[in-house]
Order: sequence, then structure tokens, then C-alpha cells
Amino acid sequence: MAEVVTMLALSPTMDEGTLAEWTINEGDAVEEGEILAEVETDKATMEMESFFEGTLLKQLVSPGDAVPVGAPIAIIGEADEDISDVLAELEGGEAGGEAPTEKVAEEAAAAEPAKTAAPAEEAPRPAAQAETGRLKASPLARRMAEDEGLDLTSIQGSGPAGRIIKRDIEEALEGRGAAAEAAPEVALKAAPTPAPELPAEDIPLSQMRKTIAKRLVSVWQSTPHFTLTMDIDMAKAMAKRKEINEGLKAAEIEAKISVNDMIVKACAVALKEFPAMNVAFQGDHLKQFNEVHVGVAVAIEDGLITPTVRNTDQKGLRQISSEIRELAGRAQDKRLKPEEYSGGTFTVSNLGMFGIDHFMAVINPPQAGILACGAVKKVPVVEDGELTVGTRMKVTLSCDHRAVDGAVGAQFLQRVQRLLENPLLLMV
Amino acid sequence: MRTIAYREALNEAMVEEMERDEDVFLLGEEVAEYNGAYKVSQGMLDKFGPKRVIDTPIAELGFAGLGIGAAMVGLKPIVEMMTFNFAVLALDQVINTAAKMRYMSGGQLSCPVVVRGAGGAGGALGAQHSQSLEAQYAHVPGLKVMMPSTPYDAKGMLKTAIRDPDPVIFIEGEILYGLQGEVPEEEYTIPMGKGDIKREGADCTLIAWSRMVHVCKQAADKLADEGIDVEVVDLRSLRPFDKDLLRESIKKTNRAVIVEEGWPWVSVGGAVADWIARDLFDWLDAPVGRVHQRDVPMPYAFNLEDASLPGTEQVIEAVKKAAYVA
Repeated sequence: MAEVVTMLALSPTMDEGTLAEWTINEGDAVEEGEILAEVETDKATMEMESFFEGTLLKQLVSPGDAVPVGAPIAIIGEADEDISDVLAELEGGEAGGEAPTEKVAEEAAAAEPAKTAAPAEEAPRPAAQAETGRLKASPLARRMAEDEGLDLTSIQGSGPAGRIIKRDIEEALEGRGAAAEAAPEVALKAAPTPAPELPAEDIPLSQMRKTIAKRLVSVWQSTPHFTLTMDIDMAKAMAKRKEINEGLKAAEIEAKISVNDMIVKACAVALKEFPAMNVAFQGDHLKQFNEVHVGVAVAIEDGLITPTVRNTDQKGLRQISSEIRELAGRAQDKRLKPEEYSGGTFTVSNLGMFGIDHFMAVINPPQAGILACGAVKKVPVVEDGELTVGTRMKVTLSCDHRAVDGAVGAQFLQRVQRLLENPLLLMV
Repeated sequence: MRTIAYREALNEAMVEEMERDEDVFLLGEEVAEYNGAYKVSQGMLDKFGPKRVIDTPIAELGFAGLGIGAAMVGLKPIVEMMTFNFAVLALDQVINTAAKMRYMSGGQLSCPVVVRGAGGAGGALGAQHSQSLEAQYAHVPGLKVMMPSTPYDAKGMLKTAIRDPDPVIFIEGEILYGLQGEVPEEEYTIPMGKGDIKREGADCTLIAWSRMVHVCKQAADKLADEGIDVEVVDLRSLRPFDKDLLRESIKKTNRAVIVEEGWPWVSVGGAVADWIARDLFDWLDAPVGRVHQRDVPMPYAFNLEDASLPGTEQVIEAVKKAAYVA
């Protein structure tokens, strides 16, 4: 009996995957658990295993094709099996070879529910669909949302049993959605302003670029940001770093601590001390994490990803350094696993290496804070009434004001400052 | 402008049409000597004589048939039913003959008869005398059904009904006969199938006809005190009904509540709700609300009759539900 292989959700946020490469050719035998293809998700290139054993009878998509989750991609069966019926059935329900037939989608859903691990950062579902999985909205609200390019799942309904009604849409459009949740989805088509007719090239969006666009629009619209900026005296930290690196070199240990590693460590220690900062706003409650996992924003081709150092506060500078180096390296090759770039409780973003003095980062939902670090620079400072040359770094903390208030953010930042200005505290 | 009663407006419509067209005549129980059970035909016998204002025996089937036959040979009879409760006896003539004649004769015969009289709840008259039976007529292809709510509408609509080439069922509000209202001296008619906005509003459309229009207006006034701005649409004509007007109103308010004096099941309100749900689905922000008589025969006792009929409280409640403020 021929089995239809469907596109799996290989990351928590994936709703479409691009088939990068077939690793099994048509006519070849395939074992259960064998790698069938490589799939580019919104975050990484992942290997897709086969659930079936037999012969790969037909590849339904070609490398480079974008395929929605649940859509058929291949047929596996007996070596000489006649699959014309299966193909006819797929053809029948399939417009343009992209949309999955309902049956196939259902099968896919039934076949692999346990496969996708419950994503740690999945947003809480709004009340409108919480109980039944069915989204209640008045016909008018549905039409308005469609006209405006709003995603109904991002809106909290105020009608009976959470029904989304006209006033909810109006409020959402006015940018004061009833109760925003951690990661509301906003359609990409929400804000296209027509580009001028100039010589140009249309570049298709990568899966990652689509996800970044969607998530940033939603977080920017739904999360009230406030920012706190301060100068940190980095003279001692720079000296300590130099000392450590020289020591490592002398001991012939292949490791090098960066300024960023020290910032990550300082944030982790400070977060442990200020659990009020280690939180996620969840619509109707606040989740305060007992563990500290700091993500580091890494620029890669096509976008941005935040590999996460687990239990950062419990790790030494050297370990943090080597983990970041290793994760960032694999991030460049898009070889990170979902658990390696998700589940962070705070993020550090550093543009110092590009000579940036100061910037403000957008929060990485559902986290409540992100620290934007500029370059360490020699600047004129006043010390004891005298103008002198100091070593300073400007940091800017962006906070989700729904979860964190100014004073909490400020105290946290002060702690980060104290740790970096007394770098020995990072060692103990 | 002068103010006259609903019954006087109807009287004027008939008198003017009989003066204008000698084929028009009136027949029914007590319309001549007694000047009409509800005094709608007051003075008409004196004015037009016994050949054009004719008293009939208590035999609805017979005199309805007589009127319908007269219409088929070219006259324009107005058949007065003392109330539409009794017109049930004449349903065979109305449904099987009048309504079908144009269709069954391939257009060779028309039937320009008006069957008019009192309908709706009376006031402790009991189950056999207090019924809103308009749905029975609106159900039948070939019949036109009109139900005016004001003296102005009564006159303009009845003149249109008399001039219409097809059978028209013209149901007057039994409790509305004494209602006073402004009616101009000069000639006017109200086109068939045209509704009317009796009160402008933005938050919810109340759809009613006949006496319920007044109940809706009262409810709307009370709702306005609470900041809910209700539009009251008077359908006036149930078949054909004014789809354009309803579309316009519901697109504005996104909510509709239908208020009728009759029973809920297989009713005019049910049909209108069905049409709204299909035609205006994408404009609705709430399910279509309905207010109607309890689904029971009308009780005789005053207090129970009151409890059975839709009143302002039920209308207010339905509007609040539709506006999600209940």
C-alpha cells in the first residue's frame, strides 16, 4: 500500500518549507528513519526522516519548491506498485500542486502529532479559539479583517464566548487591541506601500525573511516598548579580558573570551538576581522563569537568529564563549536545531563590532527584555571634576512594558553595570 | 399640516379613488348602512349610493368570491373583511383564485381586487379575534401584501393598492384606527414595495410593520437614553419587500432585529431574517435578532395578552443583545 509523505512542521513557527535537496532518488529503497530530504524551514535547514519503509516511487516536488506543511511531497510503496490511483487522488484535490487535499492534511496531522515537540515559545491562544480550536468571529469582523490584512488569531474577541466582533477589529486597527498576547501573528500583506516604478529586482522572500517580517510587525504593534540607556565603564572589563586571554594563550588553551561573552554572562547573573526581569507576558498572566537562558542575536545570510545558551548563569565564561562560537558557526550554515534557537528568556544584541555606539533593539517575543550593546570606545569623561579619557560602552535595554516597569529594568541594568565594572564578580 | 385619524385616512383614500374611477366599489359586512364596523367607510353610502357601497351577508367566502369575479371582468372592487381573523373563511377564493388567475390564464386575466380590513391583536378579544395572519398571505405567490403603520402611509398605500392591477391584501392595524397623524390635503401615493425609515440611527436596525413600528419607536427612544442609536425601518409592504432599504440600513448598522406581532415559526420575520443572513452575511456583526408573539394562541385575559405580545422591554433586550451590551 503506497504511502503519501507530507511536509512536516520541522520548527515551531514553520508553516511552509522549501525542499532543499532530495537525499533519496526515485526508485531507491528507503528505510524507516532514513533521511529523505533536506528542508529549509523558516529558521534552518533540517533533515527530514521517512516514517515509511519501501521504495521512493515518486518525488512530487522539486528542489527549490516551497511547500505548505501537510502538503504531499513524495510517495513511498512497493517497488513495482501501481500508484496511478494515488496520483489521481492527489491531483483531484490539489490546485496547482501546492495546497494539500484535506484528506492528506488530516493524515499528516494524524501521522505526526507527537513528532513536533511542544514549542516553548508558542504564544497562548486567544480566548476566541482557546477551547474548541475554532475561531469565532462575526461575518463582518471576518470581512473587515480580510480587507485590512489582519490575522484574526491575533485578536481577542469581546463578543459572546469570545466572538470577535466589529469593535474588536476597530480597536485592533487603532492599535489598541483588547489584550495583546505574546506573539500575535500579523499577515505580511498588512502594510505594503507601493514601491516607486524604478529599475529594480524583485527578490523572493526566504522562509526566514517571511518569519522575521511577520514576527517583528506583530511584536512592534502589540508590545509597548520602553528603553533605558546607560554608560558602562568597561576599563576593568577590558583589562580583565586581556589578562584572561593572555593566560589562556600562555596555557595553550584554544579559547578567547570576547566582550560579548562577558556581557552575556553579566546579564545571566543579573537575571538570576532579578527574576522580575526574567519573565514573559502571557496575556492573562506573567510567566516567571526559574532558569536563565540567554539568547545571542546572530546576523546570518537572509536574516537573524538567536542561538541560546542554556542555564547561562551556571556556566563559566569559557564555556559560554565556546558555546556561542559553536552555535553561531552552525547558525551561519543554517544547521541549528529548533531547541538551539528557541526557549530563551532574554536576548543580547551587540553591534559594537560594526562601530555602532548606541541602538535600540526590538524585543524577541515572548521575552520581556533585550539588551542592545554598542562599541567599547575611548571617550572624554569627567572624573572627580577633571576631564579625562575613559573607556565606555553604551547599552540600551528594551523592555516589554506590559511585563516590566521602568524601575525593575533600571535596577537590572544597574546590576549589569556593576558586574561589568567589577569583572571579578563574573568569575565567582 | 392637518391631523386626521388612521381610519379617516383610509376613508379618504377610498373616497378619492371612487371619485377618480367609477369601476372602484366597496363591499363587505356592515360597510354601508352601519358605516363600517370600525367606521372606515363612514359616509360612503350617502356619497356613492347602494350600487357602489354594498352590504353583504356574513359569508366571507361568498362575497370575497363575488369581488374576485367582478375584478376578473374589469371592475376594481375593495372587499372589506371585518377582521382578517374572519378572512380565513375566504382563503380558498383568495389563494386559489385571486392569486393564481394571472398566472393560470397565461396573462389573459388579471384580478385587481383589494382585500382590506383589520388585523393584529385587539385588546382582550380572545384567541380567535387577535391574530396576525399576514404570513399566510405573504406566503402566496401572486398576492401583494401591504400593512401601513401611520395615517399618512395608510392613505398613500391604499390608493396604490386600489390602482394596482393585481390582488392586494391590505391589512390595517386594529388598534391603529384611532391613531392621529399628519396627512396632506393634496393627492399623493406611496409606491408598492417601498419601505420607510421611521427613525434614523447607526447602531442597530429594527425592522417592523404596522403596530410594531410604534413599539420599536418607543424602544428606540429609551435606548437612545442609554446611548444606543437605533434605526427603525417600517417595511410597509411585506410582499414585495424593500430589499434596497434594508441593505442600506444594515450595511450602516451591521445589526438587525425583526419585531413582529405574529408567531415566530414560518413567519414574515423568519423569511426576512433568512434573506438578511444570505444577502447581507458579510455585513453582520451579530446574529439577526427576532422579537415576536409567544408561540401560543392569544390569551383572553388582558395581563396575559400583554405578556404574550412583544413590548418595548423585549425589543430593548433584543437590541442590546445584538449590540453586545446586554
